[in-house]
Order: sequence, then structure tokens, then C-alpha cells
Amino acid sequence: MVTQAAKNEVHLEPGLKRTIRFRIKRCDGPGKPARWENFDVPVVSGEGVNVISCLQWIAEHPKTAEGADTTPVVWDSGCLEEVCGACTMVINGSVRQSCSCQLDNYAPLDGDTITLEPMSKFPVVRDLWVDRSRLFHNLKRLKAWAPIDGLHDLGAGPKEHTDDQHVRYKISECMSCGCCLEACPQFHQEENEENWDSSFIGANTIAQARLFNLHETGKQLAGDRLDTLAAAGGVSDCGNAQNCVKVCPKEIPLTEAIAAIGRATTIHRVRKFFRGK
Amino acid sequence: MPAAHPASQKRVIVVGGGLAGLAAAARLTEQGLLVDLFSIIPVKRSHSVCAQGGINATNEVARQQGFSEWLHCDETLYGGDFLADQPPVYEMTHWAPRIIDLLDRMGVPFNRTNEAQRDLRLFGGSLFKRTHFAGATTGQQLMYALDEQVRRAEAEGKVVKYESWEFLWPVIEGDGDGRRCVGIVAQDLRTMQIRAFRADAVAMATGGCGLVFGQSTNSVMCNGGAASRCYQAGAWYANGEFIQVHPTAIPGADKCRLMSESARGEGGRVWVPRKAGDDRDPRTIPEEERYYFLEEHYPKYGNLVPRDIASREIFDICVNQGLGLGGKNMVYLDLTHKSREELDNKLKGILEIYEKFAGQDPREFPMKIFPAVHYSMGGLWTTYTSETRRPDPRQDLQCELDEIVGMKLGAPNSMSTNIDGLYALGEVNFAFHGGTRLGANALLSCIFDGLFAGVGIGNYVNDGPGVDEVPQGVYDEVTNQEQTKCDALVRTAGADKGENPYAIARELGDEMTAASTVVKNGPRMEEAARNLETLRDRFQNVRLSDGAMWTNQNLSFTRALGDMIVLADVVLQGGLLREESRGSHYRLDFPERDDTKFLKTTVAEFDTATNRPKISYRDVQLGLVAPRARTYGKTAEKASGESKEKKKETAGAGA
Repeated sequence: MVTQAAKNEVHLEPGLKRTIRFRIKRCDGPGKPARWENFDVPVVSGEGVNVISCLQWIAEHPKTAEGADTTPVVWDSGCLEEVCGACTMVINGSVRQSCSCQLDNYAPLDGDTITLEPMSKFPVVRDLWVDRSRLFHNLKRLKAWAPIDGLHDLGAGPKEHTDDQHVRYKISECMSCGCCLEACPQFHQEENEENWDSSFIGANTIAQARLFNLHETGKQLAGDRLDTLAAAGGVSDCGNAQNCVKVCPKEIPLTEAIAAIGRATTIHRVRKFFRGK
Repeated sequence: MPAAHPASQKRVIVVGGGLAGLAAAARLTEQGLLVDLFSIIPVKRSHSVCAQGGINATNEVARQQGFSEWLHCDETLYGGDFLADQPPVYEMTHWAPRIIDLLDRMGVPFNRTNEAQRDLRLFGGSLFKRTHFAGATTGQQLMYALDEQVRRAEAEGKVVKYESWEFLWPVIEGDGDGRRCVGIVAQDLRTMQIRAFRADAVAMATGGCGLVFGQSTNSVMCNGGAASRCYQAGAWYANGEFIQVHPTAIPGADKCRLMSESARGEGGRVWVPRKAGDDRDPRTIPEEERYYFLEEHYPKYGNLVPRDIASREIFDICVNQGLGLGGKNMVYLDLTHKSREELDNKLKGILEIYEKFAGQDPREFPMKIFPAVHYSMGGLWTTYTSETRRPDPRQDLQCELDEIVGMKLGAPNSMSTNIDGLYALGEVNFAFHGGTRLGANALLSCIFDGLFAGVGIGNYVNDGPGVDEVPQGVYDEVTNQEQTKCDALVRTAGADKGENPYAIARELGDEMTAASTVVKNGPRMEEAARNLETLRDRFQNVRLSDGAMWTNQNLSFTRALGDMIVLADVVLQGGLLREESRGSHYRLDFPERDDTKFLKTTVAEFDTATNRPKISYRDVQLGLVAPRARTYGKTAEKASGESKEKKKETAGAGA
């Protein structure tokens, strides 16, 4: 068995042909049984082949490795440069974006196998495409916006210290991909939308509270956000497994944000107790 | 399925949730209208997130160095080789500083100076720092800010999102001048349900058409399908032949990834070894053996000439002079002389993309880059109402005119297509960039379009007769048309044999890239037009490999492919008939700009009898800046009128 670290050391000359075996978990729709299909994809080194280009090849050649006709695999994608978050899936057991999974590094050997599965924390629409609307719902639940007065010309926004800008910019790169949720032991699939508001809100959304609570105008809703995060499904549901920060493709300091918001929530609770509201 | 708005309230359908669509949705809800927002993907994943470098606007530092809104307008018109109608450009550039302020209020984390002011960087086509930025992910940051405001409106019940719905066709009532758009037909890409939606107005904000060229810097949904459908339904398509090829991208098997112009704005230098075939480690090649060709040819603008010029220079170095790296169409983009800290602070987003996708650290090694299709200056034809005003002494400091011409805010025809009630905003229209778009003007034009035209659309809707009286049959007819089309395609899945849509798409992209990008000529475009005809015929025999009536991406792809072929025809015919070179449209057989014949907008109208474009021309509306030679001070072949131009460009720089 060649380890991934050892594989990363393999240097491929351009123009070498090899075959990659794809093992893909497929499902025709909600409530339908899952099945596995294999595909053998011919690739050439040095051409920037990634998981996406292999899925595109499979779409053009929808035949399994065993020679049976099948349908193109359904998957979600957008920018293909790891800024939109769409093409997230579970690759060889690890959640990540499929566009940045470059095969000359990731699977340099002839016959290397790559297993593709949909994320498990969201309902499957079909094959590798999952419905992540709960992510966007949680942004609404948190009031993740600056409550500006309107679009009229009212001059510049509040000045911001470079240190705050650095903290906020980093969090603001969150593309709602859901990697942190897939890796989180406290975040579970919840198909019943009525339970969304009381289920764990997740690391990505907690970090958004930090993003907006640090902004002069965003702060106006800090109390509401901390109320949400002090309630059921809030920051105290975090079990401190710290998986989130390890899988975040944008290296957002999620655990730092959870700690900061955890402290803010406690202070907010105490203050509320003494103010009586 | 989202909870729909009550039918009796006035509403606007916005198709597309990138910068333009979100800005329009925010503006329309502020005016008390309801918005149904349709998007083929969740709006937060729209292609605007790919924009990296920044957004242009006059700022106080640049102003005190001699810049102004007027010069921003002048730069944009000059950059676009004077093909853009001037009033929209005037208005956009004059709104720009206010748009930055608004985004700032929304919480965009713009880079800051030590004094906590918004930081600025240099960008192509300007001698002034006038580009605001948030790291190297400015598009993402701006779009998220608008996304948040629209989410807020959604939480307040003013916006209903239809995400993962595909726009199929506009619903148009009446004939001739009485024609108006009264809704759309769309398909849920999960359930595959096709249905009609009523609306008092429809705003298309569906972006560009990079996928027509196969591999581009565009996202997978930027296939131009929506624009093509509007065009086939009667909307005019303008300047289709003007496609921007970005000089600096990294090739991949699935797409080309953009390396932002900001890399050059922050000091990045483009070069090749002076000797062909020099395969030494670039870091060991001494300075005097490096050919910094942009800096040598354009001493004034250096690496920051507009994109079409940089792409043509790279093409010339690689194809004509054989100096490309490893004999390929590739050159170095070098940042290794900059400090790591500064690079990470200002460019980290793109450096990480390079590291991840090219496998080398650009802080240590010069990047290998090549040109790739990037942006469509052309698009759905739109109009506006002109307004004559006195110049503003502060904004128009260098303007010598007694009167200027801008656009009238609130005019119901603001960014309207030739069909009443059907609007086009952002990259999908043709309005702001003429023959080439300057870097960091796209984010501006998209947001400006939404905010500015949103007021006019609001007035059109509020003063209009409404759509409650439109007979249901008008909608049913379009629903049936689309259902029939969809059923026919799905039925092909049962056929024994047929054409593979993915193969046709690949061939289309290869052919369009070869014939109609950096350098064009008549015979090659004619050949492409013939090949396109073959592809069109083959498409008639296309066969799906998936007949499912649940989440059938094969169907959606194939349907769009048919529309891409129609659009490719517009691009080629426009290019063939435009016998001149202007901006990004460069023809070897007609290398000069010809203002007598072609200072005109190309207008393509779909002829339903032949399914081909009918091309006509409309005069460009000038009135502000007289066209002058576009040389950017090139050293070798000095063009006439250059000295005068030089004076103008540096005017006020010492203030």
C-alpha cells in the first residue's frame, strides 16, 4: 500500500498514460437504494486532470468498468477553482472539493482507485448531488447580515482596523461548502425542516456570528445572534472534537471563532440575567 | 418548493443571482416590489465569486493626484476602443465611488491601510491607483455582501428564491411594438417540473457565455443558454463578436483558472527567456537574458496594458516568435521579487489557487500562464434614456464640455431589451465595455446595473398595467412548447444510436477557440461557420444517455448545447461582417480600426424562418469623448495622434 504522503513525492513526467479506477456511490433519488459503480478513466499526466475532468469524461462515456451501459453521474459543481463550494464530496473517505483534487498528485499510479460518495450530512438529490439548503437556512437563522439603513448614498461605512479586517476577511472567505459539518460528530442529517432551528447550527455559522459581531453595523444584531447561539442547537452543542478546522479548505480558524463566540454567549447570558431582559 | 408570493402583488422576476441579479433584487425590494429570484445554482455559488482583483472607483487619493470620475469614464471608453455608448459609461463611472461606500457599509472586508482607510491597487488601463480590493477574492466578498442583504429581504418575505431552477423561455404577449414580457417558463432541475411564472417584469442577469469556447475561466453554468433563449424569442443580441481573452490563466483539463490582473497590479512581471528553447530553471536566468516584452513595448503602462493587448503580445511572442515556454503558448508571470508577507496580505487567494492547481509555490517560482477566454463584452442589446446635464466641477474636473450626457435615473427603459418588460443586467448585456473590458470594471458594471436599472424597472412595474389580465393561455403556450422540447430530448435516450452531446460541445469549444479568439481572419471564421453548420446538423440527431425524469443533468446540458450553437453563430457572423480590428476583435486581414464603417454596434436579430441571425448596425452614441487612436504608447509602431493622446493621459498627474 502506497501512502498518500509517499504518493505526493511521486513526480510524473508529462504525457504518461495511466488508468484510474473510480468507484462511485450512486442513488437515483431520495428514498431509492444506493449502489456502487466502477469506471476506468484513462488519464494523461501533466494535463491538469482532476476529479471533475474525470466525471466529465464519464459523462461522455457512460459505461461501467464491467462494460454495462449506465447514465452520466450527477454531481454539483460551479467555479471549479475552490471558491464557490459547490463540488464538495467525500473522496476516499475525506470530505473536500473535487475540483482541487488533482490526480497527478493524488493518484499518480496506474490503477489507483478513487472512491466518490455524496456528503452524508445532507439529503441526497441524486448520486453525488446533495441538498445543502439547510446551510443557507442557518445563515437566516443567525441574521448573518449587516442591518444597513438602505441602498441610498449615506457615505462610507465604519472605518476598520487592519487587525479586525484580517480576522473578518478570513471568515468571510467561507463558501458554505459544508466540509466542517460533514466532519462534525455533533451535526447530523435532519430532513425535517421544522427541526432545523433547534438542531446544531454548525461551525461555519458560528464563525459568521464572529464576522458580523465584529463589524460596527453588524453589531446591531449581536444580541439576537448570541440569543440564537445560546439556545438549543447553539454553541454549547459543540463537542470540541475540532474536526471542523482540520477539514476547512479555506483554513478558517473555526475553533477560535467557536471559543470567542462561546465566551461572548456566556457574557451575554450573565448580562441579560442582571438586566432582567 | 419555496412559499410563493401572493399572486395579487406586483412582482419582478430576476433570473440569475450573481452581482447584477442580487443588486437588482435588493433595489427592487427596497421599492416595495416582490422579487422571485431564479437561479440554476444556489445564488451564493454564482460565478461572480470568481472575480479576484478588485473594483474600480475614483477615490480621494487618486483625485488629489489628478484622477476623477471623468478620467475613469475616459479610460473605460478608450479601453473599449470607443465601441461603448458613452452615456452608460459616464453614469457608471460617476456612481462608482458611491457604490464602494455602499459595499463598505454592507461590511465588505476591503483591505485597509495603516490609517484604516480602504487600500488601493494599480490595475490595467490606468496610471492611477483606483482599484479597491478585498484580498484577491474581491468578487466573492462583494457578492456575499449582496447575498446577505438579499437573504435579509428573503427573511422579511420580500424575496422568494427558486434555486436549482433553470430559466427556459420568456413569456411574451402581443406583437410588434405592443409586445411585452409578462413572465417566464422555468424547470425545477430536481423534479424536472416545467411551469410558467407570472411577473410584471423580468430581469435577466445570467452572465456570460464562456462555455461556448469550451475551456474558459468561466464557471460551468456560464453557457449563454439563457441569453440565447431570449435572443431566439426576439431579443436582440449586440456585439457578440467581442469576447475577452484574459492574458493570464492556468490551463487545466476541466477549465482554465484565472490568475488575476491584480498579480500585475501588485508588481507581477511578464517575461520569457530571450533565447528560444532556454529550459533553465527560470530563477537562474539572469535579468539581461529575460525578455520583459510588455515593459519594453509599452514603457508607460508596462505589464498593465488592457487585456486584449497583453493577450495579443503573448500570442505574438509564442506563435510568431517561438519564444513560448517549452515551445507552448505559455509565458512567465513573476512575483518572486515581492516579499512573502505582502503577497499573502494582498494576493493570497490567487496564490493558493496556483499552488493547488499548478502544484508550485508562486512565491518561489514564476507562474506559467497562458491566455484564456474570460468575458463577453457583447450580450443582449439594452437601451436607456439620455439626460443632458452640466458637468460636475469636482467629478468632471478635466472635462472641457459645457454639457455632458448621462443616463436618466428611473427611466422605465433603463437597461430594457427591445422587448418591453424584459431587462438585461450585468455581463449578459452589452452596455458598458465596448470592444474590451478594463480589469476591475466588471464588478462595477454588474452592481451599477442592478442598482441603477432597478429604479427604472420599479417605475415600469408601478406605472404599468400589471399582468393579472393576461390570459393563462399565453403562459400555457410557452409551457407546452418547452415541455414538448424536453419530452423530445428525453425520448432520444431510448434510441439505438445518436450523437453524443458532450463530444459536440467539445468540438464546438475547440473550433470557436481556434477561429474566434485572440487573432481572427475571414477565411478561418468562414471555415468555422461551415463546421458550425455540421455541428448544428449533428445536434439534430443528438441522443441523451439518461432518460430519467428526476435530476437529469444530461437533459439540461444538451438543451443548453443547442442554444450555445445558436449563440456561436451570432459570434461568428458578427465577427465575419466586422471587417476591422477594434479592441478584442482583431483581424489579421483587417488590422486597422475603421470608424467610418464600424463605429457601430452590431445587432443580431434571430430570423425564425432560417434560424440564423440577421445582422444590422446602430450608431454608437458619442457626445463625451471623441474617438482617438488606441495605442497605449506602444514604442515600435507609433500610431498617429499619439503625442496628443499622451498629453491627455498624463494631464493633471502632477496636481
